Amino acid sequence: MSAIAEMPPKKFELLPKESGDGELLEVAMGPHHPSTHGVFRMDVALDGEHVVKLKPVFGYLHRNHEKIAEGTTYLSSMPYTDRLDYFCSLTNNWAYALAVEKLAGLQVPERAEFIRAVTAELTRLQNHACLIGFLTQDMGASGTPLMYAFREREKILDLFESLTGARMMCNYMRFGGCRCDLPDGWLAQAQKVVDETPKFIDEFERLLAENEILMARTQGVGKLSGELAINAGVTGPILRAAGVNYDLRKVDKYGIYERFEFKVPLGDHGDTYDRYMIRVLEMRESVKILQQALKSIPDGPIIDPKAKLRGFRPKVGEAYGRIEAPKGELGFYLISDGGPNPYRYRVRPPSFINLTVLEDMCVGQMIADVVIILGSVDIVLGEVDR
Amino acid sequence: MDEGLKSELQKQGVFTTTLEEVYNWGRKNSVWPLQFGLACCAIEMIATSMARYDLARFGAEVFRPSPRQADLMIVAGTVTKKMAPQVVRLYNQMPEPKYVIAMGACAISGGPFKQGYNVLKGIDRYIPVDVHIPGCPPRPEALLHAFMTLQQKISDQELTGVNRPRHLNAELPSEFPVPAFGEHDLEPPNNPAVWQAPALTRA
Amino acid sequence: METLEQIKSRIEAAVADVKLEIIPNDSPSAQRSLLVDREHGLAVAKFLRDDAALHLDYCSNATGVDWPAAELTEKFKVKKVVDGVEKEVEEVKKTLRPAYLEAVYHLYSMEKKHGPVIIRLRTENRADKNHLPSLTPVWRSCDLQEREIFDLFGIVFDGHPDLRRILMWDGFKDFPMRKDYVAPDDYEYEPTPHDEVLARAKAHQATEVKS
Repeated sequence: MSAIAEMPPKKFELLPKESGDGELLEVAMGPHHPSTHGVFRMDVALDGEHVVKLKPVFGYLHRNHEKIAEGTTYLSSMPYTDRLDYFCSLTNNWAYALAVEKLAGLQVPERAEFIRAVTAELTRLQNHACLIGFLTQDMGASGTPLMYAFREREKILDLFESLTGARMMCNYMRFGGCRCDLPDGWLAQAQKVVDETPKFIDEFERLLAENEILMARTQGVGKLSGELAINAGVTGPILRAAGVNYDLRKVDKYGIYERFEFKVPLGDHGDTYDRYMIRVLEMRESVKILQQALKSIPDGPIIDPKAKLRGFRPKVGEAYGRIEAPKGELGFYLISDGGPNPYRYRVRPPSFINLTVLEDMCVGQMIADVVIILGSVDIVLGEVDR
Repeated sequence: MDEGLKSELQKQGVFTTTLEEVYNWGRKNSVWPLQFGLACCAIEMIATSMARYDLARFGAEVFRPSPRQADLMIVAGTVTKKMAPQVVRLYNQMPEPKYVIAMGACAISGGPFKQGYNVLKGIDRYIPVDVHIPGCPPRPEALLHAFMTLQQKISDQELTGVNRPRHLNAELPSEFPVPAFGEHDLEPPNNPAVWQAPALTRA
Repeated sequence: METLEQIKSRIEAAVADVKLEIIPNDSPSAQRSLLVDREHGLAVAKFLRDDAALHLDYCSNATGVDWPAAELTEKFKVKKVVDGVEKEVEEVKKTLRPAYLEAVYHLYSMEKKHGPVIIRLRTENRADKNHLPSLTPVWRSCDLQEREIFDLFGIVFDGHPDLRRILMWDGFKDFPMRKDYVAPDDYEYEPTPHDEVLARAKAHQATEVKS
């Protein structure tokens, strides 16, 4: 690897030294900082308390997921996908399984599709609840909303644990279906948790939605326009908070989502408060989907009989599969050269690409709002840096 | 002090103790961890501090964002090569006595990501680790167990003598060299004063 | 949405001198892609975004692929007359694939809700001629992703506003996602090391202890 052309050697400077502007202050926020979003650094230039420039710095959790996946078999990458967005291992599993199913032409049985939808919506519930908890924690509400959210999360994690054997790293889905069937009594237990959830959401909303501090800190803060959001590839709740109707559950109709009746909540200001509110509303829609799905799970096989666990070698070709993960569009791009390992394995991480607009949202805001805007983007560093 | 005499005195309503015991009892019940999460394990660490597992029962619910106010660093998650210098620097900034729990397979050895080109194969290559927790991620119970192990370790420390801990021995270092970013790898790839490759026992 | 052939002919009508090629995909996904030449990459991207019927306003995924030089063998059956009898004979055709780096873009339309249209750009080789036009001026979502491709694959995107390493540190010299990247040698330990791991483990042992 010697003859590679020299890269631009210039050293990056946030504030060019020759400008002679001594009024601006340069602050490096992170990678270790008090907010609860992991090892992420922002180099911020400040004029007084106002942000003039902001450059995110990535890579502090770059765990070489793609390189490792290219050196191992298709199935061995499944547990690694759990560790991408470690709040939502089941949706990550689903996205990867979907891409491989496209590549290999596998059909998923109906029961497995139902189980996938149920687990994915449960994942969305706990992710959004925790996100709101962390967002308020960044605002200084140290503990209380987060404890409410984690109390709810533990109930859902118990469901995951009894289904998959693990609380966080579920490693549950397989190409063409799921790993194991629902244990006895799981549905009743899930039904109980889902029935209790609206009460929790009401309580959570009563605690926060009209809270004066939350409103003052978030309304009109970190505005994002719809056009910029589309052009910058922003997806998920942030995009919908900016008023763009794009939910892959409706657009791609992957899985069995077309059978369920649910709405796609949209915001109209595109500010942090809308991003908070979208999540609350999405939780309510998830409960609706869960109520419909839990009542109509059919019996049947849970894995495509054609699916091979050992000696799985898809034909030469490539596929891009994507789903609506709680953080946005999670895609997997795979190139097969006919071997047991993928030739190219790429994750399209929603929270990484959503950070493209971080500077646009933060410039002109106060330094204290930067952490809140970052919190409302909902990043998980395992996915941002992979 | 003689245990028999101590229990005899206790029967008479006289409670005796040693300075060492009181000192260690105080220290072990108010360990303040650094609020410092790296990856997946950090979420389990947060879950441990929440209502269900309640780390506060052990006097350790006060997560301090600043290393200057913390006694315990829970290395929760994968330490990448890009992050390793910062971890060592944070450790150096903590005041003595300071302890380290390496939580999860990644912090111990690189874990599932061991083959990665940017993954440090265990934080014990640069800083001394007191308690290792295996698991990916370890359950909150495992973190609680590690915490109790650490408390035991603290209460067993002798304040005087040759076996006294590092923070009472002026000759032992409290800061460790911070690795630098090299062209292909961290330089040096490990701190030989802290870590050496274990001997190969089978050939 | 139009078929890829229709899109191709419309691009050829709109962008002068453009060279396009449809890359087949025989896998069940059947996601074929369009290979665009380097010089017209930006113009084609602009056309795809601004065209009223396509309106691909959203670039979902941008990624790099490394293709080192390789000898491809292709087996196919030919009918031949052997000793006066017509027979099917298997022949092996060997082709030399040149080395290049590739950038792949997955385009969708948020407004029309269709897609994907996949376009690919290829560099001349993997060493010194590793330049491609940046599509960040057309879709800002390529910004961070092109930086990542630059960091991990070493494709230089001309016209990118801020091209520097993103995941690895600044002084890093290698491109780790390339197929010929060798990670720095490190201590290897397994409970029962064997084969090459044993050889590497031994190299790290000062004195070998036998038990």
